[in-house]
Amino acid sequence: MIRSHVLICGGTGCTSSGSVKIREAMERELTAQGLSDEIKIVQTGCFGLCANGPIMIVYPEGTFYSHVKVEDVPEIVSEHLLKGRVVERLVHHEATGDNEKAAVPLSETKFYKKQHRVALRNCGVINPENIDEYIGTDGYQALGKVLTEMTPQQVIDEIKKSGLRGRGGGGFPTGVKWQFAADQPKGKKYVICNADEGDPGAFMDRSVLEGDPHAVIEAMAIAGYAVGADEGYIYVRAEYPIAVKRLEIAIGQAREYGLLGKDIFGTGFNFDITLRLGAGAFVCGEETALLTSIEGHRGEPRPRPPFPAVKGLFGKPTMNNNVETYANVPQIILKGADWFASMGTEKSKGTKVFALGGKITNTGLVEIPMGTTLREIIEEIGGGVPNGKKFKAAQTGGPSGGCIPASLIDTPIDYDNLIAIGSMMGSGGLIVMDEDNCMVDIAKFFLEFTVDESCGKCTPCRVGTVRLLELLEKITNGQGELEDIDKLEELCNYIKAGSLCGLGQTAPNPVLSTLRYFRDEYIAHVVDKKCPAHVCKNLMQYKIDPSKCVGCKMCAKGCPANAINVNASGEVKEGKKLPYLVIDPKACVKCGACIATCKFKAIYKD
Amino acid sequence: MKTLEELAAIRDRMKNKVAIREGTNETRIVVGMATCGIAAGARPVLNALVEEVDKAGLTGTVSVSQTGCIGMCRLEPIVEVVRSGEEKVTYIKMTPEKAREVVEKHIKGGKPVVEYTIGNN
Repeated sequence: MIRSHVLICGGTGCTSSGSVKIREAMERELTAQGLSDEIKIVQTGCFGLCANGPIMIVYPEGTFYSHVKVEDVPEIVSEHLLKGRVVERLVHHEATGDNEKAAVPLSETKFYKKQHRVALRNCGVINPENIDEYIGTDGYQALGKVLTEMTPQQVIDEIKKSGLRGRGGGGFPTGVKWQFAADQPKGKKYVICNADEGDPGAFMDRSVLEGDPHAVIEAMAIAGYAVGADEGYIYVRAEYPIAVKRLEIAIGQAREYGLLGKDIFGTGFNFDITLRLGAGAFVCGEETALLTSIEGHRGEPRPRPPFPAVKGLFGKPTMNNNVETYANVPQIILKGADWFASMGTEKSKGTKVFALGGKITNTGLVEIPMGTTLREIIEEIGGGVPNGKKFKAAQTGGPSGGCIPASLIDTPIDYDNLIAIGSMMGSGGLIVMDEDNCMVDIAKFFLEFTVDESCGKCTPCRVGTVRLLELLEKITNGQGELEDIDKLEELCNYIKAGSLCGLGQTAPNPVLSTLRYFRDEYIAHVVDKKCPAHVCKNLMQYKIDPSKCVGCKMCAKGCPANAINVNASGEVKEGKKLPYLVIDPKACVKCGACIATCKFKAIYKD
Repeated sequence: MKTLEELAAIRDRMKNKVAIREGTNETRIVVGMATCGIAAGARPVLNALVEEVDKAGLTGTVSVSQTGCIGMCRLEPIVEVVRSGEEKVTYIKMTPEKAREVVEKHIKGGKPVVEYTIGNN
């Protein structure tokens, strides 16, 4: 009997913080202590608390260790796994109670308590490289059910009834999409999984693929049956090597078990999946560009109509869903549309995975029921803004989305509410910003991204976004004029109206939404020539407060530009022994090195 | 190629193995494995429990884990059995033979082996 399971996260976050070495050390140590027959090491997908990795959970106790180092492994084995004494100093801080005895179960920690894991249900639970473990958590039962008990139309009706909407960003009803493809005349059809996740700071799809690849494969087969397709493609970024490897393993195992291939479950249904690796272009996340790329051409979008459901991949009817959308499908089939529809809000059912990033304590991956407020996500699950700073805004939807200001922090998150306040759900990146973030600079950051990623096929996007960026640069350089703000808005609307695909149509959103909620910051940049958050270098200065400066010259020694000197008259302030220092604004390169060295907090940004 | 029956068989076989991670075990057997427990022979007791639970095919519902010193070092090896909805039963001065008996009578049969419990020997 295996009496204990040691789960070690093998997601990208924990792999980069060294979880592979931890696993190897654990294997060695268990063998050395003669425990390898009774304790099993399981490599899993993402637990969500990426900032605290490498993460290890020991069952049956459910002890949650974070920031584990290789040196800690012998202690965990000899103390916890042999003697049963939890290594308190390594237990994740949220999971320890007020005193040592009152350790909090994982599910009760603030981070997990309000989460509801549907798409991520197996992430951090099963070994994604072992199909048996997926089957052990009811995997491929949904495929068996649809093939033997349901007609394709019943499957589509069930998905429609569940209210599932596309998790890639747009929020189009999934069942309706399936219906379009199914209604096309019989013949060759394709099912696609869009795993070209490209928003800066977003890693939901990567985590699903790394933690539960079989869920996506099973869902694609179900979709294939529903719409009448026998072939599927997963288009995944080549920059996701762990996800690619696990998908390859999973597809291989599914074929070996006959869960992909010919005559699945003896029902005569054929379905197989091919992997296609993207070369890193953001535009290939747009469905028509993705199809063009799979066909072997340069990834450029094409006009719609004809819609892919009518004329898609290789000119055949094609049904395309995002990774997270698929991950929900087997659960809906098994537990029923009503179960799924019981979660969420009236028009947005189920849950949504968000990648929390930016100025937040618990950087990582969370899954919450639709309708959870931004406040709950940031303050409770996310652990709040660190360093006592004030929450200013959250950015959702990446380069296509917008900002939610602090005044709207109690908005329940769903598709329609986010659109109403000028943002969008997007694929699920959620970047938290505090008082030190300049909103004009944020808009500029996203514009730089879209300018880089514009494919160049249509003029409004290719030229328009560059002109937008130039205007923003002018404003952040301190040369902006009031009419530039009007020009910005006008140009934004032209780009939105005139671009060929979603990339261009949504590229102005970061500008429009910051203009909507933070126009005063734009005006401060243009009229007062000040950056209120002290980010834009041309609009701020480093200064020394003479009343705090003790004249120690630590800052001057570290200054790369020799911009810090004793004040011109050599004046010594009362109570000080040395003359105070001043920064020469002409020589200063605004690197900020002085602020970091000053122990007396005498240097400030103005 | 797998049939639905084969799929169900794999599921049932694996369910027990994954169940430990859900913390839903109906019965928890906890062995005192501090220095005092180990010195008094807790390790062979633990091994016996693990072996018996496995043999009985109860790994899906029963977990065997260890704990630190309970404070009654002179009564070690101590084994506690916690079943949902029932009071905790504490066995003292355990041996591998007694442990096998506990699995047989208490875990499988549902009746605590009173003569090995605390306060009764």
